[in-house]
Amino acid sequence: MITLTNIRKTYAARGGGAPVHALADIDLTIGRGEVFGIIGRSGAGKSTLLRTVNLLESPTSGSVTVDGVEMTTLSAAELRQARHSIGMIFQHFNLLSSRTVFDNVALPLELAGMAKAEIGRTVEPLLDLVGLADKRNRYPAELSGGQKQRVGIARALASKPKVLLSDEATSALDPETTTQILHLLGDINRRLGLTIVLITHEIAVIKEICHKVAVMEGGRVIEQGPVFDIFAHPRHPTTRSFVDPVINRGIPDSLRDRLAPQPGLGSNPVLRITFTGEKATTPVISAISRQLNLDLNIWHGQIDEIQGAPFGTLVVEALGDTAKVEAAIALVKENNLGVEVLGHALPANH
Amino acid sequence: MLSPQIIDLLIKGLIDTLHMVAVSGAIGTLIGLPIGVMLAVTGRGELLQNFAFNKVMGAVVNMTRSTPFIILVVAIIPFTRLIAGTSIGTNAAIVPLTVAAAPFIARVVENAVREVDRGLVEAAQAMGATPFQIIRKVLLPEALPGIVAGLTLSAVSLIGYSAMVGAVGGGGLGDLGIRYGYQRFLPEVMLAVVVVLIVLVQIVQSTGDLIARRVNKRNLKS
Repeated sequence: MITLTNIRKTYAARGGGAPVHALADIDLTIGRGEVFGIIGRSGAGKSTLLRTVNLLESPTSGSVTVDGVEMTTLSAAELRQARHSIGMIFQHFNLLSSRTVFDNVALPLELAGMAKAEIGRTVEPLLDLVGLADKRNRYPAELSGGQKQRVGIARALASKPKVLLSDEATSALDPETTTQILHLLGDINRRLGLTIVLITHEIAVIKEICHKVAVMEGGRVIEQGPVFDIFAHPRHPTTRSFVDPVINRGIPDSLRDRLAPQPGLGSNPVLRITFTGEKATTPVISAISRQLNLDLNIWHGQIDEIQGAPFGTLVVEALGDTAKVEAAIALVKENNLGVEVLGHALPANH
Repeated sequence: MLSPQIIDLLIKGLIDTLHMVAVSGAIGTLIGLPIGVMLAVTGRGELLQNFAFNKVMGAVVNMTRSTPFIILVVAIIPFTRLIAGTSIGTNAAIVPLTVAAAPFIARVVENAVREVDRGLVEAAQAMGATPFQIIRKVLLPEALPGIVAGLTLSAVSLIGYSAMVGAVGGGGLGDLGIRYGYQRFLPEVMLAVVVVLIVLVQIVQSTGDLIARRVNKRNLKS
């Protein structure tokens, strides 16, 4: 649905300094009907990247295609036409304070030259969809943040777009309202088959509704893939720093102090076993102790749900000799679970 | 205290003042509003960025604005004659008043339009709006409370300026105050003129504030 190829955005620095690379070497493919999240800290370039999709920011070089249309070569008039099929919602809602809820939602239709009667027929169902039919004659100043964003969503959907761009749409909302808005977006994605591209600095948003995610840093995409894979196996340190707080992969500090990178006198290996998807319920721990007669001391465990699939980690200390531990690792791998040796636990009184 | 003749003169002066302020304000708005919008949207990083237009128009506006009004009135007498056929009287006074009002209004409109949140322009662009549609459907309606406040300010300034044209044979309340109150030593006429002007400014200001509040939907209580 959306393909970004080799996108680069460079700003000439004022006063003769080095040019600023806002975006570099960006390649992204976003499938039809996907909810694609772009996460990064502020200044990572995610907002600039999102705006290249509808060419609010034109890239210095590279290609942007949306629904088969190459956006970068369109004339001004063609670009305006193409933008009718790309809705956008904003962190600060960007509603017209001078217009009622109804008239705000009607704005894109007025701009497209739709007849008044038809505008009414289009706007009313949208107000129902976002649950604001009773607020149709209110002004934005009379609404709560969540309601304003609902108006923003209805407005973005008015011209029946194929793509919805979300620019930190929940960042100005409280957690409860954020959840409601994300549910609404997820619902719209399923019901209308709308492709959604959202940027956020909150990993919880990615976890809640995204199918795929790209992690940005310094104007580059440092990691991308299905949300489940990224959460289960974050590779880049920045990705880990995003994922770790929600997927508690950590080890309690008291135990971390006992962990050494190399085996020592009387040490035991510490393993992290990762349970993903339908395999999350495999009784591998009891299998190891029964089949291999190897005792496992459980240090830490956590089970979570990402995109409706269970995901768990278990950190265990294996109380046995090297051969048995290797057999245990093999057994875990046989069951298609993830396993890694985190280190070696020295005796507590060491 | 005031003779019927003086009261008649006051009424005529008030009508002349209202006439001058209304006509110069209306023409000044017709000229100043588009210029103000153009100044706002041609600025750096704005919708229709255009340095050349912005600089030239800005300079013209500043030139007029930096000339003291009483000097402007005298300086443009040939132009006034060209337009009004004479340089004396109420109709002639409308010319310099308009020349002073237009750039003033342009600046207050420019400021009001600049106050509109950039995010709204971006949202409209994302919807595929043309620059003209953005001006008409977004910038002007959103700037309306500020524009109304600015026009009120302009009207009050114009009332002051209209009194000044009295000094050069312009007619209106200023003319009355100078000829009768000052030159003929009739302090009660001067006082009456001042009172009428104060009341007039109060009415204009209150009406402007009321309209600005009515069109402002930004601070509604739910």
